Amino acid sequence: MSDLIAIQVDDLTVAYNYKPVLWDIDLQVPEGVLMAIVGPNGAGKSTLIKAILGIIKPIAGSITIYGEPYEKQRKLVAYVPQKGTVDWDFPTTAIDVVMMGTYGRLGWIKRPGTKEKKAALEALEKVGMLAFKNRQISQLSGGQQQRVFLARALVQDASIYFMDEPFQGVDATTEIAIINILKELRRAGKTLVVVHHDLQTVPEYFDWVTFLNVKKIATGPVKDIFNDDNLTKTYGINYKVAINK
Amino acid sequence: MSITEYFDLLFSDYTLRTITLGTAVLGAICGMLGSFAVLRKQSLLGDAISHAALPGIALAFLITGSKDTNILLLGALVSGLIGTFWIRGIITKTHLKTDTALGLILSLFFGFGMLLLTFIQKQPNANQAGLDKYLFGQAATLVESDVNLMVIVTGFCLVIMLLFWKEFKIMLFDAEYTKTLGFNTQFIDVLITFFIVLAIVLGLQTVGVVLMSAMLLAPAASARQWTNKLSVMIGLAALFGAFSGVVGTAISASDSNLSTGPVIVLVAAVFVLASFIFSPGRGLLFRELKFRQNRRDLHLRKTLQLMYGIASTHENIAHPHAIRILNNFQGFTRKTLRKMEEKGWVTIQNQEWAMTEKGYSKAENLYNQLEENDDTTD
Repeated sequence: MSDLIAIQVDDLTVAYNYKPVLWDIDLQVPEGVLMAIVGPNGAGKSTLIKAILGIIKPIAGSITIYGEPYEKQRKLVAYVPQKGTVDWDFPTTAIDVVMMGTYGRLGWIKRPGTKEKKAALEALEKVGMLAFKNRQISQLSGGQQQRVFLARALVQDASIYFMDEPFQGVDATTEIAIINILKELRRAGKTLVVVHHDLQTVPEYFDWVTFLNVKKIATGPVKDIFNDDNLTKTYGINYKVAINK
Repeated sequence: MSITEYFDLLFSDYTLRTITLGTAVLGAICGMLGSFAVLRKQSLLGDAISHAALPGIALAFLITGSKDTNILLLGALVSGLIGTFWIRGIITKTHLKTDTALGLILSLFFGFGMLLLTFIQKQPNANQAGLDKYLFGQAATLVESDVNLMVIVTGFCLVIMLLFWKEFKIMLFDAEYTKTLGFNTQFIDVLITFFIVLAIVLGLQTVGVVLMSAMLLAPAASARQWTNKLSVMIGLAALFGAFSGVVGTAISASDSNLSTGPVIVLVAAVFVLASFIFSPGRGLLFRELKFRQNRRDLHLRKTLQLMYGIASTHENIAHPHAIRILNNFQGFTRKTLRKMEEKGWVTIQNQEWAMTEKGYSKAENLYNQLEENDDTTD
């Protein structure tokens, strides 16, 4: 972690059909942290990521990546959407999907060549999916599909990675493989923002955390702010007491 | 005229050649662009657009008084586009779901179009007859200039598709991700939609408003069954579409004297049916065969396990046993025994079987998930 601010969000408000999903969010994410965004269903976790990435238009507020608007810093940012947002019966192969990560750098019309293919193969190897490179994507298991999505983001070779529930519906082996890659990325100085649901693993996996429930409850180092007080504020129940019942 | 006579005449008869070429090119462009509609899960959009084109045809006639195909189709294009953007507007601006928006625009525009058609028919003008051909299409009215227009549009479409291949592909697969990469997704979206509208408008004269969506969907749905590669799918869909056009024209031009549009659509439907049954991997027949294969494998395994139970009570696993001993077991036939011998699991001699080392270790690991099951695929 350095003193540099990778992501700065000021007064961000997002609404779907007049119902606020995110309310007046201020957030600073320092460079080089592995940050979890936690909060109950409907807390706006995915929406926050999508607003930062410009997929959703906020009704108010500003977002900067290293001090500049997202449009100027696109090449520094990679995104792993939720696995369920695409149709996995689409007629394409694992390597083709990973190659899509290079499209942004290529820009309009230009086709991926040997250099892009090599990068895609390397990324597939990193996530342990090289053997499946020519597999039709519908014939991959849920965990394998998630790895393919991760490989696609790795190919983007970004400084900041946004991931929407990368551990959703994957088995223990895949979860370990993915978290090891995330930790490796952090060691390389990358900033990672991960929507996460499993509160048990937060202290083990992450060094930074943001509690979100429409409003920002707290943000900071896991060791300082990951406590009962914030969990109760975010989830509305005393988390530990409720579990022990 | 019989079908063979038709193919003889195809190269000498000018009208027949024009119509056949027209339906083939139309089939190809519809197959190509229909693939986009199917993959975007916008199959019904085609139906809505084609119905939305009808008032445009009627209004173009009312305004210009001309029955020139190009002018009428221009009207169809404009009203088809208006319908499409209204649909998109309804979906993004209101709480209504896609299917509601499609149904609403489809019936609204079609109703308005029919109203205008009856209004036109009541006019004391000799020029009014023949507009209703756009309802069900009339391939016989195709002339060379119509076909030329189709070829030009198809060529233009092909160039754009090849140029923006990468963008189309990623947009079809993951639109939000495409946006984060910095592509103007709205532009790609409008481009794809515009081409779908264009293909529909081109087909109105031949296939008609009512059946047009089948021309878009049937070849694409068939092609999807045969391949897992986008480029192959689009190529196949174009091929199926063109073939449906030619065969449909041939059937309708021969003795039967059937209307061309519906016949083309029915031929395309036969392609869909055949693809659903016979395609490898996704077809029903293939799945049934695979199911039977699995059942045979299971049979074999059950018999092997029984033998294992018997053989393991002896010190020497190769100790021979009478085949009779298996009789009480339902899964045993001469055929399964022969198959097991082929695999080297057992040896058979004079009505007796004996287990081999290979068979024994196979039986031991039969339900071991981690062991590579190499015999399930043969």
